[in-house]
Amino acid sequence: MKNIREVLFVTALVLTSELATGQPLDPADLLKPLSESWPTYSGDYSGKRYSALTQINQSNIKNLGLVWTSRITAGLGNAGGGGRGGGFGGGGAAAPTIIGGEGTGELNESGPGSRSSRIVSSILEVNGKLYFSTPDNAWAADARDGHILWHYVWKTKGGTHTGNRGLGMWGNRLFLETPDNYLVCLDATTGKELWHKMLAPLSQQYFSTNAPIVIGNHVLVGLGNDLDSPAFLTSYDPETGEIQWRWYATPQDASDPALKTWANLTAAKFGGGHMWIPGSYDPETHLYIIGTGNPTPAYTSKSRGDGDNLYTCTLVAINVDTGKLVWYFQTSPHDTHDWDSTQTPVLVDAPFNGTQRKLAITATRNGFFYTLDRVTGEHLVTGKFSPTANWDQGLDSRGQPVRNPAKDFDIAGALVSPTNAGATNWMPPTFSPDTGLFYVTTEDSYAMYYLTDTDPRGSMGLGGKEEQGAGSLGTFLTAMDYKTGKIAWRHQYPEAGAWGGTNVGHALLTTAGKLLFGGDPGGNVVAYDPANGAILWHAQLGGVSGPVQTYMLDGKQYILVSAVDSLYAFALN
Amino acid sequence: MATRTGSFITLVMVLWVAGQMPARGQTPGRGNAPAAGRGAAFNPRPPSDPAQVERGKGLYSVQCTFCHGADARGGEGGPNLIRSGVILNDINGELITPVLQNGRPELGMPKFDLTSAQLADVAAFLHTFRAAGRDTLRNPIPNVLVGDAKAGETYFNAKCASCHSVTGDLKGLASKFADPKTLQQRWIMPGGGRGAATASPKTVTVTVSAAQKFEGRLDRIDDFTVTLIQADGTSRTFVRKGATPAVEVHDPLRPHKNLLPAYTDKDIHNVTAYLATIK
Repeated sequence: MKNIREVLFVTALVLTSELATGQPLDPADLLKPLSESWPTYSGDYSGKRYSALTQINQSNIKNLGLVWTSRITAGLGNAGGGGRGGGFGGGGAAAPTIIGGEGTGELNESGPGSRSSRIVSSILEVNGKLYFSTPDNAWAADARDGHILWHYVWKTKGGTHTGNRGLGMWGNRLFLETPDNYLVCLDATTGKELWHKMLAPLSQQYFSTNAPIVIGNHVLVGLGNDLDSPAFLTSYDPETGEIQWRWYATPQDASDPALKTWANLTAAKFGGGHMWIPGSYDPETHLYIIGTGNPTPAYTSKSRGDGDNLYTCTLVAINVDTGKLVWYFQTSPHDTHDWDSTQTPVLVDAPFNGTQRKLAITATRNGFFYTLDRVTGEHLVTGKFSPTANWDQGLDSRGQPVRNPAKDFDIAGALVSPTNAGATNWMPPTFSPDTGLFYVTTEDSYAMYYLTDTDPRGSMGLGGKEEQGAGSLGTFLTAMDYKTGKIAWRHQYPEAGAWGGTNVGHALLTTAGKLLFGGDPGGNVVAYDPANGAILWHAQLGGVSGPVQTYMLDGKQYILVSAVDSLYAFALN
Repeated sequence: MATRTGSFITLVMVLWVAGQMPARGQTPGRGNAPAAGRGAAFNPRPPSDPAQVERGKGLYSVQCTFCHGADARGGEGGPNLIRSGVILNDINGELITPVLQNGRPELGMPKFDLTSAQLADVAAFLHTFRAAGRDTLRNPIPNVLVGDAKAGETYFNAKCASCHSVTGDLKGLASKFADPKTLQQRWIMPGGGRGAATASPKTVTVTVSAAQKFEGRLDRIDDFTVTLIQADGTSRTFVRKGATPAVEVHDPLRPHKNLLPAYTDKDIHNVTAYLATIK
């Protein structure tokens, strides 16, 4: 253990030296409700994605117009990156490209159709600069005109390149997770790499898509894995990259009380639960509240035993100082459809049954909606946000859905709603204190699930079944009432097919200007009335791939949208 | 399944080289094949020589099968080797070799007196097993035809016969779709149920005024525009503002969609068994 004074001294030194070159993020800004800047994944720690900004509001949204656009060029091929904001070749020097990584570069993706050219990340806005990422790539851009300041590329060794959810920031440092499982620390001013650490072995089929979350001097990192390798959330030191603590989603030794929910220790150890989407944080209780992933084997679950398989598909509260579990509520006991519960929970202070409560609200991939007490984990409400979900037999005394084993799968096929893509997926929801409603992108869809592996030992990972789509009854922007768990209203996207991928837009934003923003399946960014879903404004961008966000600079409020390989910024004319 | 013959291992090798199925926990279970031009996400080792794999298979069957199972998923006392960290992290036998040479006496595993060439052969064989995704050759697909054709006929006559006839539009259906699973998927949702093109596309009627009505095939629609292709092949686009103009979409698959919440799995299996007789 280092002397605390020494730690403070070094930290001060780092922050001071970085002050000289850039404009570091003030740690206090991370504790503020979402307003002028966007310093962390959800804008603030609450996960609400509700901005206090009101310059753009219902009365003037008709005057919202395009201010700038900026296009990225991913990959190693074209040093200098994109950046139409810099002008048509005459706008100044090309932005530097910084190359890192331990691979050869042969596996890096580039070109307009590549997943590294698709922005699904949340975009940090700190002191007039934007920071964002795609698999193997990170950029800084000027928030006033979008021109690219630097581009960092990681030469990959492989791993699933499905998307990258964004960067974390501490002082003047940025943190990027790479698909081949490295945590890369970058200087925010220059994009130069300060260090990188291996998070987990690629050979065990880990892959990393997450946005690191910075809380105090902790960098919280979760990974992905579709085989069955142990799942963990790790806290890293932002200065050195050393591990501070690690929490496993499933029992790793015989002393763990959750072991009784598994067939045996081996099943538990390799039982999954990967936390591949960030959680939310309650500064009062020091609880990091995060949803865990699906158990493995995902489908052929006999080898897991008949139990609940804790703590998979569970909302867990971890003390950020100690890395210890404080409470949990399982949102999908003994899941059998790869419906993880990693969806970002929303932390809200709001009235419930006549008293003001500290709540955690989540809508999970299995079609269910929950309101809990976020201090104790006490269950308050369960509802269904996808009326077609047909895999349960009602609720148990704890408010958890009881699964119907006949709907697990069948050799001849079981017709199940939702599809494996889920009734919702990773797309961040939003909550408006003005309406008291929780908004989420949803789908009512069916698939036939066929058992293909009859071996009682089961398959590994996601194996052993075949899923074939049977049809979608609609995709929706859905508003949920946290007090009742009932649908308040929903807007059906006209004739929209199943969303077909996890990298769709539809990540939502609400503002104190009484606005609700989201991308729609038709490629529009749309502003709705959060009270009833009435459409107030839209712009056709050809495809919205990432969250809609907002920030304020020089007295001007911006609406920022990522549309595949381009950023679009709107403001009042 | 005529493919499960003596060339088993060769076929496994071909599949291995062709690329492993991408992992999908974060992805929605759609589009199993890697897109063209994308490297396999997890493929840390080069393919082995088929002759070496064949030698390794022989050695494995003699020395290892009893404890670890013929398919390496575990047998009498021995654990699943496919998920073993030693096997996953091994590239060319460097991690497997010391375990085989020294055994794991504390776990009851004996040591094996094999030459270094034989050890490499066993390692090469173990690396042919695919850890994630479906290994079609090693897991043959069970038959899905389990329903009661008579009950299926009754259901068909009650729910489907108002639109379909087994002597009319469905004549010879089972001959067109010999695989029962394909047949089942096709009748539940013609076109695949994933927005794929169907035989009968959606049409739309746009009513601008009592005097001005436009009809055609639906090309695209969202909350702001609707585009249709008229009978003469010309396309028309209308700007939408709330309920103006009135837009009515006709989805020929609506009756199929409406049945999705109503079926029992038994209904589905029975109807498939019945339709499989419509040759």
